Amino acid sequence: METQVSPNERGYYGSFGGAFIPEMMQANIAELQEKYEEIMNAPEFRAEFEQLLKDYVGRPTPLYKATRLSKKYNSNIYLKREDLNHTGAHKINNSLGQIILAKKLGKKKIIAETGAGQHGVATATACALMGIECVVFMGELDVDRQAPNVGRMKMLGAEVIPVSSGSKTLKDATNEAMRYWIANPFDTHYIIGSVVGPHPYPDMVAKFQSVISKEIKKQLKEETGSELPDRVIACVGGGSNATGAFYHFLEDEEVELVAAEAAGKGLDSGFTAAATFKGVSGILHGSKTLFMQTEDGQVEEPHSISAGLDYPGIGPALAHWFESGRVKYEAVTDDHAMKAGMELCKLEGIIPAVESAHALAALDNLDLKPDEIIVVNLSGRGDKDLKTYLDQLES
Amino acid sequence: MNRINKLLAEKDNILSIYFTAGYPSFDDTRTVVKSLQDNGADLIEIGVPFSDPIADGPTIQYTNTIALENGMTVENLFQQLVDVREDVEVPLIMMSSLNPILQYGFEEFCKKCKEVGVDGLIIPDLPVEEYIAEYKTIVEGYGLRNVILITPASTDDRIRLIDDNTDAFIYMVSSSAITGTNTKFASDFSAFASRLEQMKLKNPRITGFGISDKESFDKVCETSKGGIIGSAFVKALKDSKDVAKSIGDFMVQFKN
Ligand SMILES: Cc1ncc(COP(=O)(O)O)c(C=O)c1O
Repeated sequence: METQVSPNERGYYGSFGGAFIPEMMQANIAELQEKYEEIMNAPEFRAEFEQLLKDYVGRPTPLYKATRLSKKYNSNIYLKREDLNHTGAHKINNSLGQIILAKKLGKKKIIAETGAGQHGVATATACALMGIECVVFMGELDVDRQAPNVGRMKMLGAEVIPVSSGSKTLKDATNEAMRYWIANPFDTHYIIGSVVGPHPYPDMVAKFQSVISKEIKKQLKEETGSELPDRVIACVGGGSNATGAFYHFLEDEEVELVAAEAAGKGLDSGFTAAATFKGVSGILHGSKTLFMQTEDGQVEEPHSISAGLDYPGIGPALAHWFESGRVKYEAVTDDHAMKAGMELCKLEGIIPAVESAHALAALDNLDLKPDEIIVVNLSGRGDKDLKTYLDQLES
Repeated sequence: MNRINKLLAEKDNILSIYFTAGYPSFDDTRTVVKSLQDNGADLIEIGVPFSDPIADGPTIQYTNTIALENGMTVENLFQQLVDVREDVEVPLIMMSSLNPILQYGFEEFCKKCKEVGVDGLIIPDLPVEEYIAEYKTIVEGYGLRNVILITPASTDDRIRLIDDNTDAFIYMVSSSAITGTNTKFASDFSAFASRLEQMKLKNPRITGFGISDKESFDKVCETSKGGIIGSAFVKALKDSKDVAKSIGDFMVQFKN
């Protein structure tokens, strides 16, 4: 099967994607479908976006050669430092892109869902910057385990609405944001935080995040003489940092692309979030994609120690790259990720987000050739996860 | 003739009631359907519970959660409905999110609907374009009617497309809202109703969302062929010890 980088006109990547939305959301989605490419491609949009990425976010983020980590694996490991972005993760790339777009569409209010709180913080930040009202939906369980980010969102002026339905995590926050949008469609734009949701969200978010791989190519070329590494590794919740890190390599067949999914307590433990291993095709959050569900088509509650990966599915493009074989999927357990995260602290003096620690752990799963060049996308920093790490240290 | 078309040809002020299968308890489906018919419902929408219903407010979400805890599945529901046509004549419509239908098998679902005597489908998250591209021939092949929603924000072109691709009634959403939001009808409702009147659609319209009692029902009957009551009805079943009696108590207001 041929690998598609962009969706077709109905929003499909292979057999995944589309826009399965109730009629009540139709007007807002149709408006986006009609206008997103034109707006994003306009020179003044590009200029504003690029300026903000540079001066406000601090891009380009470094591509750092992790010497001691490389030594451990007897290879050349580069970390793409998305953790050094303003607000501490890749999420800001998308939030800024979408808020400029929302402004061009004349929207007055922003809503967002968040899991780890990183997307919520990034969106609250973008809203503060633009002086736009912001409402963030967050599962009650995540409000507890990501408390510092709740505080940050509030300081930035956002209203945080705890969600108590379902599993009280990211999928439920997404449901609730969609319901709010249905009930309040006028003047509101929904900034989805990952490459999920109805067309055109997966493509739009992918394009905003694609700056990651664009920079990697340029930096690697300067560093090694070739813009192509042997592998790129990224973690997958919904899949936005992975898509950003893979995007410009998708057509370079010689580069192996590795996606680390959260196996939770183990693939067969009943407490997992590994969508390609445990999921089947169905309709979730407005698109056809792979997600964990019962035989009867009820969405299964995921589990991951990492709030940002605690989602039952993946975006439709990632499901397609799984189906086409372009991306290789690895499952990483909670314990394995925590160990890899702790190790990076000691080896490199970098505290990674627990999400990103899954990508680091995937290094153990791979059959590495000596001296190969590997880029690991370090999607975020671990300050928000101190409690999770410290609990682990004590146990 | 399909029972929905027959009803639409014969009657105005159609009172349609939605309930969630498996709520309040697993075995209530048949009692609810029969009692609704006996108490004057003209049309019944049987809701298939789903874990993540996006277009539903807290009231219907709650009934979905309880119904799933009670063990309701598509398969169980069809088993409960096997001989429903022995004592129920009113048209029956299955209302479900797309995913449970897809996992059951879309065609198999339609086939079973026909077998047990269900007359139509409402699948809120199946947009008309996808319906036309993938599912319309299947639905029509089993003699079912697909009811599609429109809202005040739907464009004329879209409404025409929907009208051209359905043969029953159009589900007119009273406002831009999720189910059970107890706001007064949007101020754009009457403008919406007169826009539709002028479009001279081939299908009649029945109004849903935000209708809770006789007063709001009568109101929508002025501008459409009837009204659909969902959240207010399932709320009346909450903590009911005697479902048939609760239904009688709720429906009495509509008897004149
Ligand atoms: C640091 C970090 N990495 C990864 C993710 C997972 O999201 P995605 O798969 O969209 O990159 C999150 C989500 O909150 C995150 O905060």
